[in-house]
Amino acid sequence: MTPPILSVRDLVVEIPTRNALLRPVDRVSFDIAAGEILGVVGESGAGKSMTGNAVIGLLDRPAHIASGEIWLKDKRIDGLKGEGLRKVRGKGIGMVFQDPLTSLNPLLPIGEQISETILEHLPVSKSEAEARALAALEEVGIPAAKARMGSYPHEFSGGMRQRVVIALALCAEPDLVIADEPTTALDVSVQAQIIALLKRLCRDRGTAVMLVTHDMGVIAETADRVAVMYAGRLAELGPVRDVLTAASHPYTAGLMGSTPLASKGLARLNQIPGSMPRLGALPTGCAFHPRCPKTQEKCRVDPAPPMQGRAACWYPMTVEEIA
Amino acid sequence: MSALVQVRSLTRIFDVSKPWLNRVVERLPKAMLKAVSDVSLEIPERSVYALVGESGSGKSTIGKMVVGLLSPTEGAVEIAGIDLHRETDTAKVDGVRSDIQMIFQDPYASLNPRWKVRDIISEPVVARGGTADGLAERLLEQVGLAAVDAEKFPHEFSGGQRQRICIARALASEPKLIVCDEPTSALDVSVQAQVLNLMTDLKDDLGLTYLFISHDLTVVQHMADVIGVLYLGRLVEEAPREALFSNPQHPYTQMLFAAAPKLDGFGREVEPPKGEIPDPINPPSGCAYHPRCPLAVARCSAERPEMRDVAGSRVACHVAGEQAG
Amino acid sequence: MNAVARFWESDIGWSFRHSPVAVVSCIVVLILVLAAIFAPLLAPYDPFDPASLNLMNGFSKPMEPNAFTGETFWLGTDDQGRDVFSTILYGMRISLFVGFAAVAFALVLGVSLGLIAGYVGGWTGTIIMRIADVQLTFPSILVAMLIFGIAKGITPIDMRDQVAIWVLIVAIGLSDWVQFARVVRGATLVEKNKEYVQAARLIGRRGPAIMLRHILPNVLSPVLVIATISLALAIIAEATLSFLGVGAPPTQPSLGTLIRIGQGFLFSGEWWILLFPAATLLTLALAVNLLGDWLRDALNPKLR
Repeated sequence: MTPPILSVRDLVVEIPTRNALLRPVDRVSFDIAAGEILGVVGESGAGKSMTGNAVIGLLDRPAHIASGEIWLKDKRIDGLKGEGLRKVRGKGIGMVFQDPLTSLNPLLPIGEQISETILEHLPVSKSEAEARALAALEEVGIPAAKARMGSYPHEFSGGMRQRVVIALALCAEPDLVIADEPTTALDVSVQAQIIALLKRLCRDRGTAVMLVTHDMGVIAETADRVAVMYAGRLAELGPVRDVLTAASHPYTAGLMGSTPLASKGLARLNQIPGSMPRLGALPTGCAFHPRCPKTQEKCRVDPAPPMQGRAACWYPMTVEEIA
Repeated sequence: MSALVQVRSLTRIFDVSKPWLNRVVERLPKAMLKAVSDVSLEIPERSVYALVGESGSGKSTIGKMVVGLLSPTEGAVEIAGIDLHRETDTAKVDGVRSDIQMIFQDPYASLNPRWKVRDIISEPVVARGGTADGLAERLLEQVGLAAVDAEKFPHEFSGGQRQRICIARALASEPKLIVCDEPTSALDVSVQAQVLNLMTDLKDDLGLTYLFISHDLTVVQHMADVIGVLYLGRLVEEAPREALFSNPQHPYTQMLFAAAPKLDGFGREVEPPKGEIPDPINPPSGCAYHPRCPLAVARCSAERPEMRDVAGSRVACHVAGEQAG
Repeated sequence: MNAVARFWESDIGWSFRHSPVAVVSCIVVLILVLAAIFAPLLAPYDPFDPASLNLMNGFSKPMEPNAFTGETFWLGTDDQGRDVFSTILYGMRISLFVGFAAVAFALVLGVSLGLIAGYVGGWTGTIIMRIADVQLTFPSILVAMLIFGIAKGITPIDMRDQVAIWVLIVAIGLSDWVQFARVVRGATLVEKNKEYVQAARLIGRRGPAIMLRHILPNVLSPVLVIATISLALAIIAEATLSFLGVGAPPTQPSLGTLIRIGQGFLFSGEWWILLFPAATLLTLALAVNLLGDWLRDALNPKLR
């Protein structure tokens, strides 16, 4: 087996507040192989975006990596600062955010932004960089790319802007792309275009992708493997088909069951009682136990369960329960 | 079943021009945005009518005109036979107003952060001079919260709980119709299920009618009896749920269904839809969908299609129904 | 008591406890305000009671027995033999009263106009904000002097000293309402499009009820910050006007009047008559200003 592109080991992110020490990411481990798309799903506050930001070194103070390791190929990248971090961003990892406007400089023409990024990270001449920028824009499907090299971000529609962002994220040929809710702000028809584009480009180049989203449908169609997060912890990690059709963790099972599609034809949707606990008031033991139908004494008392098989659960779903 | 809501050739135009001075200096014409264009529909009592569409389809504008937050440029909305914008008898208008309520998309913006939950919920009654003793407590329990929550402020609740408070406020004036503008799109899936179930229960218990506005096809499929599909301010298709989802007639509806991510669509490779939603200030001529439509013929760019019946649906398309036979 | 405890535990309270500057400024402001309120009890002399004045005590140096009477004054006396410490306490009363009243006047005027401009909008809003823009192009002290001059012109001579303080309040208040109006209008434009306001409209609430009961409470935090900083500015504006001789009359001297009087004796060596009122003014204005700065920072994250 080839070594993974990204390897995260026991990552812990902490935020000290005046009342408590919050852990938005708690002992999370996963790998992403070359050309693989790992979907990271969870509800708001589950820590999925925080995990992505920790990988690329974008945590806002006072949040910081308290322990754990992040390896990009054979290089350890947690704790990088200044020049080292700048090299990793762009060349090592590309980033696509939910709001394309935040990742584009509003005062620079898009062609210039892309060719500058290429010049920064790749040993090419200026004209070569410009040619590559044009090729990148054509590749992401910007119509009349040559004429639009000089256009500014605000002159594009939301979908076209997200295409530009993808071109920008991929232009320095990174090993890994982190896409944080890349289609949440877009309409269904445009979302389908962007997802198809992201999939095609990463497959062609063998780029590893960490796709952070709350949309199970997008995950199902896009990801190879999926990591389900709950209250900062990894609840389940496995191949997408297995996790979505035969969930092992009761939370994943509940999440899948509560989507309107899964309850097709029922008058009422299956629902998980309660809501995700606040980080400052996590229950003892397994964070999911107050909402879990399978809770037993062990779940309340013992420390959080480690990953066993696909799920971090003392009593994973049995074959009978899944059926 | 009689129609509780009658919408007739509803049109709303917004003036989105730049300020007068800029127009003079830059020699720009006035820019008019036709957010809703000639939409007619009926909502029978005790049913759920869903409007779906992407951004710029005008679905929220229609919702605001139905509840009376916006006035129509042309056409009319009648609730129980009374036109809110033309009726002059204030007693009748007041009566109809208390029959309509709305639930909004953003549970964080729809509750006044400085008010106690009790005051928020009883406002619809107190504002009309009624007494609201115990009303907030009763409604809170009805929507699955506790009576003691009446003393709290909105920031003490999660998004799903806030949406329950919004529902309780909407119920306070004992309405017949509730317009729900993307009520769950800001909520997580597991919480969305709770809120949708609550809305279903309330509808059955209280005999409510919903106008349900959403961009999420799965939610619409779960909730609606009849669905209207909007594109660029126009109703392009209207059909009962089963008919629409099993046999969509309009090419736009077909495209929407194909593009929506499927939970069981593992590794699905779809041909992504062509093009983007056009600029609503200068919509395409004829059928607004024709530049993106795989079935478009010459007539589509010249003539706006009228609604007609095709296989159990009302469809605004020149071509629909013909390719099959 | 409950409210105090709740404040202490809240985010603002926490930020307060962890800001030495805020704590010190707050203590200073409290001491000065209390001293001004209780001036008649605290002041060793009543500087405005001619019977208690002894001209022989004139020009006593601070902390030194007077050459003629042997009396000692902490901060010395002025030419009339008035105790400088007592005149400062009484002067601070006038300064603070004018400051608070002027800010209150500006606040009520500015917040109401801002709410109307923001909520009603259209031509009404445009006219209000154009007036505000025009006024902003004049220095506020000029506006105040203009108003003061007009008021002087239309009041009968024998009434002038009695109305002087009120004219001062109106003059400073009118020169200061614009920033309240601007901030409130901006915040109102944001709030009025929020869904809770639409919900209130749906219920059938009328404009005034929505403005007062729904929007007003939600635009007050920036108003509080501006009011605090305006208080410091109003106190200084009052002092400036009084220093220029168009403010508080010598019969009711404010800190500014005292500084003007003291300035006349600076070159003859009686420095204390100027220095102590000036230092008090500086301390007061600085403390209020620092408090306002802290408040702005503390409330800012809440404003998003």
